[in-house]
Amino acid sequence: MDLQPTRRDVMKAGLVGAGALALGGLGGPQAVLGATAKPQRKLAKSVIQIWMWGGPCHVDTFDPKPNAGEEITGPLKDVVNTNVDGIQLNASLPLLAKQADKFSIIRSMTHGVNAHETASYLMQTGRMPGRLVYPCAGAVVSLFKGYEHGYQGIVPPYIVLTKPQGRFSEAGFLGHKHKPFCTGGDPNGSRFVVEGIVAQGVSDERQRSRRALMHDLDSLGRANARSRQLQHFDQTETAAYDMMFGKARDLFDLSKESDEMRERYGRTKFGQSCLMARRLVEIGVPYITINYGGWDTHKQHFQTMNRKLPEMDKAMATLFTDLSDRGLLDNTIVWWGGEFGRGPKVQWNPPWNGGRSHYGKCFSVLLGGGGFAGGHVIGESDDRAMNVVDRPVYPPDLIGSIYARMGIDPNQAMPNPRGLDLKVLPSEFKGKPTAGLLKEIMA
Amino acid sequence: MQKQLALVCGVLFSSAAIAAPPAPPVKPFEQAEPVKLQNAIDVHVLKQLKANDITPAHLCSEEVFFRRVHIDVIGTVPRDWQIRDFLKNKDPKKRAKLIDQLLNKTEFADYWALKWCDLLRVKAEFPINLWPNGAQAYHRWIHRSITDNKPYDQFARELLTSSGSNFRVPPVNFYRAMQGKAPSTIAASVALTFMGERIENWPQHRRENMELFFSRVAFKPTAEWKEEIVHLDPAVFAPLDATLPNGQRVHIKAGQDPRHVFADWLITDSNLYFSRNIANRVWAWLIGRGIIHEPDDAGGHNPPINPELLTYLQNELVQSDYNLKHLFRLILNSRTYQQSSISQSNHPRAEAMFAHYIMRRLEAEVLIDALVGIFGPTEKYSSMVPEPFTFIPEEHRTITLADGSISSSFLELFGRPARDTGYENERNNHPTDAQRMHMLNSTHIQKKITRSWRVRDWMRKAKGDTKRLTLLLYANILTRRPTSEEEAVAVKYLKNGGRKNLKNNTHDLAWALVNSKEFMFRH
Repeated sequence: MDLQPTRRDVMKAGLVGAGALALGGLGGPQAVLGATAKPQRKLAKSVIQIWMWGGPCHVDTFDPKPNAGEEITGPLKDVVNTNVDGIQLNASLPLLAKQADKFSIIRSMTHGVNAHETASYLMQTGRMPGRLVYPCAGAVVSLFKGYEHGYQGIVPPYIVLTKPQGRFSEAGFLGHKHKPFCTGGDPNGSRFVVEGIVAQGVSDERQRSRRALMHDLDSLGRANARSRQLQHFDQTETAAYDMMFGKARDLFDLSKESDEMRERYGRTKFGQSCLMARRLVEIGVPYITINYGGWDTHKQHFQTMNRKLPEMDKAMATLFTDLSDRGLLDNTIVWWGGEFGRGPKVQWNPPWNGGRSHYGKCFSVLLGGGGFAGGHVIGESDDRAMNVVDRPVYPPDLIGSIYARMGIDPNQAMPNPRGLDLKVLPSEFKGKPTAGLLKEIMA
Repeated sequence: MQKQLALVCGVLFSSAAIAAPPAPPVKPFEQAEPVKLQNAIDVHVLKQLKANDITPAHLCSEEVFFRRVHIDVIGTVPRDWQIRDFLKNKDPKKRAKLIDQLLNKTEFADYWALKWCDLLRVKAEFPINLWPNGAQAYHRWIHRSITDNKPYDQFARELLTSSGSNFRVPPVNFYRAMQGKAPSTIAASVALTFMGERIENWPQHRRENMELFFSRVAFKPTAEWKEEIVHLDPAVFAPLDATLPNGQRVHIKAGQDPRHVFADWLITDSNLYFSRNIANRVWAWLIGRGIIHEPDDAGGHNPPINPELLTYLQNELVQSDYNLKHLFRLILNSRTYQQSSISQSNHPRAEAMFAHYIMRRLEAEVLIDALVGIFGPTEKYSSMVPEPFTFIPEEHRTITLADGSISSSFLELFGRPARDTGYENERNNHPTDAQRMHMLNSTHIQKKITRSWRVRDWMRKAKGDTKRLTLLLYANILTRRPTSEEEAVAVKYLKNGGRKNLKNNTHDLAWALVNSKEFMFRH
């Protein structure tokens, strides 16, 4: 593929940037991960975040409770053994079960918030709401691993497939510069029409001729050639056309993948989004979020699970194998999770008639690749999946571990427009010390 | 006044006075006219320019003025038939008359309510959490206040001192539209909104003193969903000794609301914080840059660039009993406002000293409204809270959206503020590569043009006459006639490939014009 040389350049640039940052701020990568004597794993270069918009059920996926009775399991009571001894998944995820050595499962995620907005904010920023709106993990990675730190990719460093999450501003106080680029379109469509990059029904020749027309009619630009603002506007045009006519267009062209590969991911919007995410990782994009909607299942919960879990299982299992086959899994973090889990007790009464409520007290997150050890279970929930019984993991622990693997020290200063003395992540959560980074799988 | 102006005029513009002779005016953006003072604003601005050897820009042309003043005053790109009447009109006072008309339009209140809702953080959902009913009530109250041209001192007092239900007494939402209810949070918002200062820059004791005035604001819910009463905390019934931001000590009696004591101090003619802040903001809104810049970062570290000008505006405002429209009128009628955007000077501070009109990319809402107005196909907006979703009627314009939580990818991309901070610069009108890609190459914009019944209508009217078609496109998109050079280029393009290509070529011309600098910027 002709993207290869760029990719290597980008990776190299990214690495130099990361090294410089760690050395400048902290005196070496050791400081990033705490003072362990062992040689450190190489830092991760990219993150794929599978954002389970609405809150996915933990019992029906990664924290099954086969002995808890139908009151808890509903009809999804079967489990499946994985390729790791002692780890079982809900039987609705047979393909992921065969890849369990590639990821670890956090079964003790907790924050106790049951409102979408606050919980979404918490899970993506690692903080409780306060006077400032903090940036999402993607924006923080864009800040520390983006253009200002050597990133030279052909597309922006923070990409969302396909729509913004819409709950709050992803960039927080970092502002528009660190907002994600949202592709729009449908990767599973006959053509993935990425807003602004792939135009439908306009040939290249016509693109060129109408661009020339625009230049010929640029009367204000000629009258005010000295204006720096207008000069900048011309630069944005050049950059936009570079992206439209350059390699970015090929990048988003999923027909460049074999049919067999596309089938493996599944011909679904989510499946093809995962495939697209892998292509973005290949060229060194540091943060990709897939906003995967449809998990807020107050009603018709089990019908929805039966429909959606197979497509999720297929796409994610392929994502792990494909990244691994290409040697990309070691430097790519994949994390899966939503704002909370769902009430372990099925609500059979009207108006729900078989639904699950919001549940932030105890739920699961999946984390793999990028130097995180696979095949582990972190923490434990009780036999009804209602309470954390061992090793709570709070949002800042999760996000902080991802940052640390990316070479971003959670304790380093966070630049902000008010010039306040802020850290990338807090050392406490709801007034108590956090439970600490996920050292279990980071050694 | 007239006599005084004439005198100053003579001093400023004796032949030796102008720093360097300006370049000849450029058509169709500028008009030839000797520099003529319109009011005292120009005296203060030109005096400073002269002292710095900066040549001011030409007066802008009628077409530029017409388009600019519509966008600046009512956030709306004008229609072609409106400008025809204006150009025909020979009344020498027609600019002033147009300004008066615009200040009385409904869209004036729509547009300035949008601005105030940014600053007051009117938003239903996270992290402000006014919730939909509160956000709508608050917006309606702001809109009403602007429609009635409520004196600004009264507007500020109602925001600062009201008590009651967020549904029934909408200005109490001022205290709810903050991230947190701690006195320190409230004090920071008050200082930012009404004094234009960032409390983080203050010494700690001054901050703490100010917080005391907001330490007895209490909140309680009712049985109604998301209703909240803002009131004086009755549990704390004790006198309070506090110090105002100017160092003056006050005694607050038991049972007296400290917020009233603070407001009584802040909102007085002699309190320069108060009038300075709003006079400077109005200037920045219309001119594109504050005399103190950023306009909400005042203080010893950031002095005004032209103190006399600012004092003059403050005095005008106070003497007019805080009539904001008076200030608008004064600024809009000045020559300074009516200058061309083409600078005649290379001086690095020419822009900061207001030597030309400051170009700004159209705001997200204004831009999308302009595209919808020109081409027809509308946008869809909905609110996610509460379920079931609320859909905004399609004919509503984007500048009338009350709630900052109701948004679209387009608005996000083009820098609509999240309404998290209340900072002026949270709205970002800086052009980016991604915005440019969207305008140049997205299905969204492409469909606006290709599915436009108005473009079809222009083609029908032109009956194959490419000159007429060019005129229609220019008039409707850029609110002016094409120059003869532009007409020649456009006609050649439209004719290229014969009749079968006319439709695509027309779409391309429309595309080129909406992607022009002239369309994308206020200029």
